[in-house]
Parts: sequence; structure tokens; C-alpha cells
Amino acid sequence: MRQERNNIFAGIDFILVFLYLFLVGFGWLNIYAASRTTEDVEFLNFSTEYGKQLIFICLTPPLIVLILFFNSKFYEKFSVIFYAFSILSLLGLFVFGKTINGATSWYNFGFIGLQPSEFVKVFTALAVAKLLSDHRQYNFNLIKNQVKAFIIIFLPAFLIILQPDAGSALIYLAFFFVLNREGLSLNYILLGLSTLLIFISTIYFGPETIITSLFILITFFVILIIKKAGKRYLRFNWYKIVGVYLLLGIFVFSTNYFYKHVLASHQKDRFDILLGIKTDNKGVGYNSYQSELTISSGGLNGKGFLNGDLTQGDFVPEQHTDYIFSTVGEEWGFIGASLVIIAFMLMMYRIIYLAETHSNKFGRVYGYGLASILFFHVIVNIGMVIGLLPTVGIPLPFFSYGGSSLWGFTILLFIFLRLDAHKNYDW
Amino acid sequence: MQRSFLLYFSITLVGVLFIGRLFQLQILRGQKYDPINNAAVKTQYDYPERGYVYDRNGTLIIANQLSYDVMVQPNEVTPLDTLEFCALLKIDKASFLKRFNRAQNYASYLPSVFLKQLAKEDYAYLQEKLHHYKGFYIQKRVIREYPIKSAANIFGYISEVSESKAKKNVDYQQGELIGKAGIEKEYEAYLRGTKGKKYSHKNRFNKVTGPYKNGVLDTLPSNGKDLTLTIDIELQQYAESLMKGKRGGIVAIEPSSGEILALVSAPSYDPNMLVGRKRSKNSVLLMNPKNPDKPTYDRSLMAQYAPGSPFKMMNALIGLQENVINANTAFRCYEGYQYGRRKNEFMGCHCGIIGNPIYLKTAIARSCNSYFANTFKRIVEKDNKPSEGLNNWSKHVKSFGLGDYLGYDLPAGAAGRIPTGVFYDNRINYRWNASSVISNAIGQGDVETTPIQLANFTAAIANKGFFYTPHILKKVAGEAIKNKKYTVPKKTSIAAKHFEPIIEAMHEVFKTGTGKSSQIKGIEICGKTGTVENSIKIIDGVKTQAPDHSILVAFAPKDNPKIAIAVFVENGGYGSTIAAPISSLIIEKYLTEKISKPLVEKRILALSLQEVYDKQKSKEIAPGTK
Repeated sequence: MRQERNNIFAGIDFILVFLYLFLVGFGWLNIYAASRTTEDVEFLNFSTEYGKQLIFICLTPPLIVLILFFNSKFYEKFSVIFYAFSILSLLGLFVFGKTINGATSWYNFGFIGLQPSEFVKVFTALAVAKLLSDHRQYNFNLIKNQVKAFIIIFLPAFLIILQPDAGSALIYLAFFFVLNREGLSLNYILLGLSTLLIFISTIYFGPETIITSLFILITFFVILIIKKAGKRYLRFNWYKIVGVYLLLGIFVFSTNYFYKHVLASHQKDRFDILLGIKTDNKGVGYNSYQSELTISSGGLNGKGFLNGDLTQGDFVPEQHTDYIFSTVGEEWGFIGASLVIIAFMLMMYRIIYLAETHSNKFGRVYGYGLASILFFHVIVNIGMVIGLLPTVGIPLPFFSYGGSSLWGFTILLFIFLRLDAHKNYDW
Repeated sequence: MQRSFLLYFSITLVGVLFIGRLFQLQILRGQKYDPINNAAVKTQYDYPERGYVYDRNGTLIIANQLSYDVMVQPNEVTPLDTLEFCALLKIDKASFLKRFNRAQNYASYLPSVFLKQLAKEDYAYLQEKLHHYKGFYIQKRVIREYPIKSAANIFGYISEVSESKAKKNVDYQQGELIGKAGIEKEYEAYLRGTKGKKYSHKNRFNKVTGPYKNGVLDTLPSNGKDLTLTIDIELQQYAESLMKGKRGGIVAIEPSSGEILALVSAPSYDPNMLVGRKRSKNSVLLMNPKNPDKPTYDRSLMAQYAPGSPFKMMNALIGLQENVINANTAFRCYEGYQYGRRKNEFMGCHCGIIGNPIYLKTAIARSCNSYFANTFKRIVEKDNKPSEGLNNWSKHVKSFGLGDYLGYDLPAGAAGRIPTGVFYDNRINYRWNASSVISNAIGQGDVETTPIQLANFTAAIANKGFFYTPHILKKVAGEAIKNKKYTVPKKTSIAAKHFEPIIEAMHEVFKTGTGKSSQIKGIEICGKTGTVENSIKIIDGVKTQAPDHSILVAFAPKDNPKIAIAVFVENGGYGSTIAAPISSLIIEKYLTEKISKPLVEKRILALSLQEVYDKQKSKEIAPGTK
């Protein structure tokens, strides 16, 4: 049996490292473009965003060395402790947390603030990997096992919702991809998707239209089934059919009620703007409108680095954080923006590919967790910036300004690289 | 591999979707993106000076002056002593609040006009005090100045461009000035010049952060072009003074070029009234539709009057051309012309020659109605159908530019009316022949012309059969106009030889005929008087016939004519009593720069028809009479 080598960089997948460096580096250039003012010239100015981000980036190599220093086994063994510590850090926010923009998501250490939710993702991924790899035959047909997994995933999500930071909590839905890979029925995802579909179309078309069309659709299917199965089907299953009708009716109307009366008005506005129910390019819709306009103005080649006049004029709010992709769109054009999307796609493909080559389940599950989390972040963030999804404030991995986010994703990625480098060794 | 399919597939789907969306935004929508016209680029304008305008002798008639606006940028205003400030600007507190709120509502971070066009004496004083009040400052603007208080109808005026025009035309921004009437409108393109543009980057707080593309796209302003008009401003002023107290129009044209020497509409106003602080107040006053003087209505271009007797020359010319009369044709007149069987179908005549044959020359000199009724009848009845005869007649008349817009270079006008056969054919239940439209023979009935059309008609006679389209622009930036519309003569349908007897007859008018009393020693004036009957109107329930319009057309000297003129004086009575002396005074003034009949001049200057006009006013709308 082979033993792990002493060189901590041995076996590291350099394609992923290269993509990581590209995204972080290109990200910083765009943060520089989005946050610089004409007066300052110093890169290491700690009072500017790009200066701070440069320091955050400079702090990642020691972090990476530290991650790679530990043995793969270490992450597996300590995953439960890490997870417990994560939950404590989220709970601690309710006592020691600092409130910024209405959400208590931060620990304030004077010179630096840390956002635990950016790190909890990592440890949740480890915990899920641990859980699913614990038993040789982890069987998702058992409800008990499903519930275990759901608790691990949704406990941090629930605590994050309480901050309240619904956007960051949304990311935990990504674990459905992981569970599906490990045997959870696709029905969960389909159910989730159709719920979302009904939710959005109810908002858009109104509850009456949707309920009518759904009933017609179901009736159509029922008739089809009866035709096939004969009257026998009806004799035994009529309560199921009525149940489906009732459930849908209740769901559609509660959606409508939820949307109109429960949802906070700013969240309702975000849906309205996206669906075109409401146009308000100066008020609530300003961000989306400016962001789309800024991207459109880039054209094919973009206006060039530091030449994006809408970026330089600070027309897109939060451009160095959540809306950083609009800077890419304006200054680097269609080519640059597509390149970033492709880089993310390649990174995710590579992770899945590598994960599938792992002989042990822990590494594979963790890899899937990593890929799915990245995927959700990319969908939600870029989808918002290009006006396909409502405004949800979560960062673009490696790209957006922010130390917690950068370090969180760095840890997430490099633990995988550590596991991956050792996949062929016996633990 | 199969278990990884879902994630692979989802990633690919989302990637393709996102890149597709980028394509839609950046390639499809990006093509329509205007790099300069957006929120991040601020365009600042440097305004050119509007062109100056001179008369034909080089006298400056339209100039520019500086005006001072108080500007405000609300977000920079600090709390201030309103009372003191209002006293400084001579406004009350309510007005202060109204103005301030208007600026605030427009945009708090942008400057807007707080108080327009200060008086010059206020400016010097304010300049010293205003720096105490943050957010307020004074901005200079260039506005018009008219050194000579005359020719308002020609000059027109400039005012702020309409919102719809500013939206449609990229060259105009809201709040900029544009010519709205007269030459200011007609020659806006020359006068305006080109704005200088300076592009800068700005941020979302509208703060300028630096030049756009290092200023390579910036342009300098180029001033408007100076214009020279064909107007003789001294003559114009003199003619205006003669029209004081009267309503009507005078048009004087140089026959050899079509240049308009004077274009008078009375009553008029001082063009400076539509400049400066009192502008809006004055414009309401002047343009009020209930103002019976209608000072902004250009009677010389737009008023359509029956031409009366001067039109007899037209019928004589057509008669000669159509060969239905010649210089030796004579008709007898028995104090009028019986055109129908009934007793009232009779057109009276004041020529005073009863029963003896009247020849063409005498007919014109004495303005015999019967002669031209006969001539007109012959013209109309020359062809088998009166309709064809009248169409032919109308064609000749229109070749003199009557019955349609003449094509001169001022943005106001009227077509006038010259009836055709079709015109009467289309009248319902109306069977007609030469006799029933006989009034047209003496320029009454359905014929209508504007003063400028009649002046042009006179110029065509003076030229013996051709005319240049009348125009007001002589030079642009010192260079003579080259527009063929104004430099190529237009031929009438009457042969040159037929004009000789007509000119002789018109000469006779001033020697022995109806214009005899207005002849000037040493100047051979040829002309024709006219006295136009007004139709009966019902004013306050009483049938009223307003006094006749007094008309005269003339040109002088007889050989090599220098000036052709048409004078209309509304309700002035006989053509010989008012219009004739006015025109001879103008002709003398223009040709000799002297007045040999100071008594006549004094009488005309003092003459006011205001009483006559007041009588026609309906008491119901007359202000101050109730």
C-alpha cells in the first residue's frame, strides 16, 4: 500500500488551480475598475475596496498551504467537529453579530469583519460527505436516511434565514444535486422545479388562470390514465385525484396570498420587475436596469479596461460585490463575459469529472457538493446581473469583492484539491 | 457516468442560456447603444452668437445683447434670509417659493433658471450681493436687440423651442432659442450657427470626472451667419410712419430684381417688446385674438382684399392678349353697365363720360367700369362655353403669381383667390354666364389678392411681362444669394407689346386721371387707384357697411422703373385720397430722398382712422365700453 507523499503540492490538479488563478486575478482587475476613483493610484491602499481585496488575495497562499498541509483523513475525521463549530458560529451571531444592511451576518473583529455563512458551506459539504460515506451502503430509500441528510443541510440554512439572509440560505438547495447523485429520487428536484414554475406563473398570470389551466391539464391526464387502466383505476384512486386537485388549489391560492401579503414589499418588487409586471428604472428597478444597460453597452469587444464609462461613473450600485459581472460585460464585452462563464463551466465540469474518479465516496460527495455550490452561486449571481433572475444578493465565487467569500471558496476548492491529490492512496 | 448526467446537463444548459442572454444584450441590443447619449457622458454646449442682420444699405437692424439670468442649483442652497433675498430680486415670498419649488422639482442637482433676464441696472448691484447666497449665481445669455424700432413683421422673433421639436430634433435642447416668425424663422439655419460641444465623463451624482476620450470629439462653436436684407430700413420706417393710425399694408418691390424694399403691416409694434423680461407679458398682449388691431398679423402678406380697380389692368392685358380688344376698341358708358334684364342688374360707373366712346387709355385713367365689364364679357365668351373662357382668363391671371402663394422667403402668407370655371361649376344650383360673374371685371366679386401679390403684379407690368419672385434676403455673410428661385425671371402669359398701352394709361392716371392730385414734379409715376366696396356685415344686430378700402398700385419712374408699390388702407375711402398720396410720398422719398409736398405729408401723418375702426367693433367684445 502506498503512502501519502511529503510534498504537499504533489498530485494537485493544475487545471483547477489555473482556472482558480484566472478567476481570482481577473476578478481583482474588475474590482479595481469598479471601485477605483480617479484620485487614487496606490494598489495597497487599505481604505479602498481593491486595496483590501488585494490584501485578501495575498493572504490566500498561506491559507492554501495550511489546507494542503493536512492529510485527507483529517478532513474526514474532523468533519463532524467542523460542522458543530459552524453551527455554533451561526448561533453566536445572534449574540455577538453585527448588523449590516438589516442582516446580522457578521462578526466584527475591529479591522476585519467575517461572515460565517461563507464558511459554513464548506463544513456542511464536508458533513454531508461524511454522512453519505459513513455506511458502505447508504440507502436513500429509507426515509430515516433522507431526514438525516435534510437536517444536516437545512439546519445551517434555517439559521441563515433567521439572520435574515435568504439569498445565502438559498444556496443549500444545491445539495439536492449531491443527494441525487447518491441515490435520492429525482422527484424531489422535479417537485421543487414545478413548485417554482407554478409559483412564478401564478404571480405572472394570476391564480385563477393557473388553477383553471392546471385542472384542465390534470383532468386530461386522468382521462388518459382511465382510458388505459379502465374503470378499475377510478374505483381505487378517486381520493388521490381529489387530493391532487385540492392540494394544487390550496398551493396556488396560498402562493398568491404569500406573494401579496407575506412577502416583504422589496422582495415582491424584485419579482415584479423581473417579470415585467412593474417598470421602475429609477426606483426599485434601478439596479437591474442599470446592470443590463451597462452590460449591453459593452458590445462585442467591450470598452476596454478602465474605459467603461458607466462603471467608472458608479452607475451600478454594489458593482464591486454582487454586480461585478456587469463590469466584465461593459469593459470586456461579450467575449470577456462569455469567457468568464466558460471558465466557470470548465471548472465545474473538471470538478465533477475528478469527483467521479474518486474511489472513495467521501471525496466524490464532497466534490459534488463543491460543484453544486459553485453552480448555484453562478446561476443566482449572473442570472441576477443579466436580468434573468430576481435580485438576490450573493457573491460571484472568486470574483466578487469580499474576504469571507474569497476565503470560503478558496477553502472549499482546495480541500477538494487535497482530497483529489490523495484519491489514489489508501487512507 | 449516468449519475453525473443531471449536473453536467444543468451546467451546460445554464451556460448556454447565459451566453445566449449575453448575446441578446450585448450584440443585439448593444448595436443600438449610443456611446455619447447616455447617463455617463455629459454634453456641455458653448453657444454661438446669433447672426446679425443688416438692411440693403448696411445699416444694422438686428443685433445681440447680453442678458443676465439668476440661476439656482437647489442642492447647494444653504438656509438664507428669504426676506432680504426677495427684496434684492424684487420678488415676493410666494413667488420665491414657487420658483424654488419648481427648480427643486425639476432636479435638485441641476441648475435651472430662477429669475429670467434681469434689468441691466439690477445686474451690477446683484453681482456684488449674490455670492452671499450659496447655490445662486448669474448666467449670461445672448438675446436679440433691435436698434431700430421698426419692421417687427419682417424680423419675427425668437423664443424657446417647443418641447416636441426639442425631442424630435437632436440639434435643439429644451430651453434653447429658435426663430418663431419672420426672417428669424425663415433663416434660422443661417442665423443660428453651430453649438460647440464638450463631452465629459460624469458619475451618477452628475459630477464631471474628466474629459470624454480626451476631448477628441469636442467641437468649437461657430457663430451664425450675418444676413443682409433687401429692405431699405429708412424707407420702411417712413412708410410705417405714414401708416400710423391706419390699418393695412404696403409692399414696395424693386422690379428689376424682385427685392422687397419695404414691407409694412399696420398697426405694428416695437420688436423690442418681444425681448427681455416683459416678453411673455407683451406676447400675450400682442397675440391676444381679441385684440382688434391684430398687430402680429402681417397684413402685407396675409390680408386678402378684393383688388378693386387695379385689377382692370389685368383684364385689359388679357383682352389685348386674347385679341378681343385693341388700343382702338371703344365702348360707351351710360353711368354704368346693364348686365341683366332686371333693373337692379346694373353696375354703376363714375367715369363721368356719358354716351361718348371711351378708349382703353381713358378707360384706365378714368377707371371706367363699363369698359372693363365689356372686355371681361368678351374674354369669357370668346370660347363656346363661359367655363372655358373663364379658365383661360384665370390661367393668364395666375401667370402673374396671383391666386397662389408667391414663393417669397417669409414664413407667412395667403394664397388669395382667382376664380376658375370649375369654381363656379361647383357651386350648387348655380347656372352662370359672363354676366353673373361680371364683378370680377373690376376686381370685386370673387377675386382676392394680398398686398404683396398686387405689388408683384405691378412690378410685372413695370417689367413689361416678367417678374422676379419677391424676396427679402440679399446676402448671406456678404455673398449675394444664388437661389435660382429668386434670380431667374418668371414670364407672364402676356406678350411684352401689350404692356405699352397699359403703362401709357397708368401714366395718364397720375397726369390727368384719378391720381392727378398725387403727382410729383420731376417723377414719372405710373399707377392706378382703387376703391374697394365692403360687403355688408351685421354688427350687434345692425346691418353695417364699412367704408371702402383705399388702394393704389404704382411704379416709377416710367422708364427704367426703380420701385413698384402696392398700398392698402383699410376703410380709407377713395383710393385717390389716402393710398395715392401715401404711395407718391414713398416713391419720392425712395427716389429723391426728399419730400416736395410737406403739407400732404403732414396731413397723412396726422390722419387717424381709429374712429372708423372703433365703429366696426362689436360692442360686446370691445374692452372697456361696457
